[in-house]
Amino acid sequence: MDTPVIEARGLVKTFGPTAALDGFDLTVPAGRVAGFLGPNGSGKSTAIRVLLGLLRADAGTARVLGLDAWADAVQIHRRTAYVPGDTSLWPGLTGGEIIDLLTGIRGGRRRRRRRDELIERFELDPTKKARSYSKGNRQKVALVAALSAQAELYVLDEPTSGLDPLMEAVFTDEVRRLSDEGSTVLLSSHILAEVEKLCDTVTIIRAGRDVESGTLAQLRHLTRSAVTATTTGDPARLAAVEGLHHLVHDDGRLAFDVDDARIPEVLRVLADLGVQNLTVAPPSLEELFLRHYGDRSAEQGCGHDAGRGAGHGAEASR
Amino acid sequence: MRTAEPWTATGRLFRLNLRLDRVRILVWVLALAGTVYGTVLALQETFPDGEARQARAALLDNPSAVMMTGPAFGADDYTLGAMTANELSLSVLVAAAVMSILLASRHVRAEEESGRLEVVRALPVGRFAPAAAALGAVAAADAAVGAGIAAGLLAGGLGGADAVAWGLATALTGLVFGAVAAVTAQLTEHSRAASGMAMAVLGAAFLVRGVGDVIEPSGSWLSWLSPIAWAQQTRLYVDLRWWPLALSAALAAVLLASAVVLAQRRDLGAGLRQARPGRASAGPSLLSTTGVARRLLRGTFAGWTAGLVLFGLAFGSLADSLEGSIADLPSLGDWLAVDLGALTESFAAATLSYLALGVVAFAVSGVLRLRGEEEDGRAGLVLTAGVSRVRWMLGWLAVVGVEAVLALVLAGAALGAGVTATTGDARWTGELTLAALAYLPAVLAVAGLAAALVGLVPRAAGLSWAVVAYAVFVAWFGQLLDLPGWARNLSPVQLTPLVPAEGWAAAPLVGLTAAGLSLVAAAAAGFGRRDLIG
Repeated sequence: MDTPVIEARGLVKTFGPTAALDGFDLTVPAGRVAGFLGPNGSGKSTAIRVLLGLLRADAGTARVLGLDAWADAVQIHRRTAYVPGDTSLWPGLTGGEIIDLLTGIRGGRRRRRRRDELIERFELDPTKKARSYSKGNRQKVALVAALSAQAELYVLDEPTSGLDPLMEAVFTDEVRRLSDEGSTVLLSSHILAEVEKLCDTVTIIRAGRDVESGTLAQLRHLTRSAVTATTTGDPARLAAVEGLHHLVHDDGRLAFDVDDARIPEVLRVLADLGVQNLTVAPPSLEELFLRHYGDRSAEQGCGHDAGRGAGHGAEASR
Repeated sequence: MRTAEPWTATGRLFRLNLRLDRVRILVWVLALAGTVYGTVLALQETFPDGEARQARAALLDNPSAVMMTGPAFGADDYTLGAMTANELSLSVLVAAAVMSILLASRHVRAEEESGRLEVVRALPVGRFAPAAAALGAVAAADAAVGAGIAAGLLAGGLGGADAVAWGLATALTGLVFGAVAAVTAQLTEHSRAASGMAMAVLGAAFLVRGVGDVIEPSGSWLSWLSPIAWAQQTRLYVDLRWWPLALSAALAAVLLASAVVLAQRRDLGAGLRQARPGRASAGPSLLSTTGVARRLLRGTFAGWTAGLVLFGLAFGSLADSLEGSIADLPSLGDWLAVDLGALTESFAAATLSYLALGVVAFAVSGVLRLRGEEEDGRAGLVLTAGVSRVRWMLGWLAVVGVEAVLALVLAGAALGAGVTATTGDARWTGELTLAALAYLPAVLAVAGLAAALVGLVPRAAGLSWAVVAYAVFVAWFGQLLDLPGWARNLSPVQLTPLVPAEGWAAAPLVGLTAAGLSLVAAAAAGFGRRDLIG
């Protein structure tokens, strides 16, 4: 395998007393769509800014496209396109002018048709002044400018935070297209479904550290699936299976979680019990997420905004 | 660690800055060139011959005049050129400095504060390119202003090397203060604070030059500490010398280099001064309709008041050199029955009217912040939280009003304390503190106009600054250019009687108060009815 497109080792970045990054590692191989998941304030944007050479790490190394993120920033930026999480534009310029301005500074071949196609797909009015744009429209300007560039690496920091579901679908499409063209994408998000839908690999960041990373399959392996079934037999035998948790039995209806490694065994037992119907739901990223943040909310004695929702996931927290 | 290609894309960003500022720069250049041209013509008409000019020169030797003009070169042969340079150079230099400070903090800090710099820096753009392009734009604006001034002088018939020197001096002085703003922009995270600090440096340079020249009319050692003095020490149209401008160029270079070095020592978006953590919950003083206004205006109020108090003290302590200036001019004493008390009184009254201009400017900026809150969508947050529009606006205006009264009183007291300290006469402090309140109706009228614009034609609210600029213009040039009475009286500050030298005339004060109150009422009515406009 060639050198990874992004390779960060032991990044530390402190702002006064707070450590935004605290020994952060990230590896993104070429041609992958890498998800970068974490709640607000976990260090996602700081990590991205270090990778783009906008901030200088206090310790650790960051290499992007084989180059040093700080020293070779300009060269890296020629081959990288970036969409920031909160886009601020020049209020007196129109959306179209800003797109051309940003692609003009980038230089290289102009892809006029691609630009117009993207403007149309995102339903952006390029003749309006930026001061009159909503958050979503500002986001679209940044997206069109970034996506119309031909880059090897696309860094997207919560790019859909202002988009409606229709536009999100367009966005998903466009990212798939980048991936098909062989580009590498780093997509930060706190929206789990988005990462689940698009990404080959996921890195979860918490309090400035990467707490887990791997392909979705690898991560899922570490977790449990939720099983519901209706049986006629006595479920007592199930309780003996190792790796089975939270068994609830109510008049023939069963619900439990099981370590993915134990699923074959569970299926055999269920078959013997005379199962009438069965669902095995793979763990959602939400569960992965809650496993890493659940304990933090317990420490703080309060819930936080990211990833709270589906009830069954909450039980997975330790 | 060194970075590769630190200057990439400087040219493109430079052009972008000029594109964003083309109207702004054009307005400054035309306004300054027009002022210079118009002033030369007006002086020619008002002082048609050497005798008239010489009579004017004789009046210049008092501290108030020296503070507001420049070192008195060529006073014994007061040619039109010498007169123009002496009367006009200070205001032109200050205007160029203000323009440069505003442009520099806009491009260096506001771009960063808003997050636009992040978008730009993520493109193939060298590390020094945004700052270099920003300062390049400031330098280009200064060069344009300098050229405009030289052109204005030439058109007025005052061409030659002196016109070029004046233009160059203005451009370099502007650049010095633009560079000051580039340095202060590294210290703090907020562009407002950055330009405030740079303005404070400009105020100090103004005071130091003035006091230095009062000590010695052609400039004392103290004057030479001020960049403004360097431009004036070129002895325009008297005995031109270029070398003081080398000081300006050198200081600008040093400041620009320090800004670059400092910028390397901080993170994108941060200031060198670490932001301290604030309170986790709102204190009781914030939790009222007026609490937000008080909190948001805190820095502006403190800055203006501190500046005005310093100016008041400095001007006031010049009162004793009045005696000296009369001793130097025995003929003046023969001419007029000069009584030192009356002279001090008229000096103090004139100074008070200058200080009042500062309070007017503070009040207008305070009122216009209301518009800023609306534009940035924060007013909407407050208004949808259950405060009525009229209450929100009147509460805000009340805070500005109370702070303006405080600023007036403190400025008057500082001036009085300065005069008392040098003359030993304690009555001045009380008298001038009270006299300062005479300007309250004028402040109310101008602030009321700003409020009415915010309430009725919000997009034109910025025009309030034109009223302030006009009031400053009248105070500075009204008498010199012999403007007609009605034109001078368009400035509410000018309408106010010059207390304590003149009596408290009731009519203008009552009229201004009535006008101010009706404007505020119109403002509230308009704001209650119109759309919120972002």
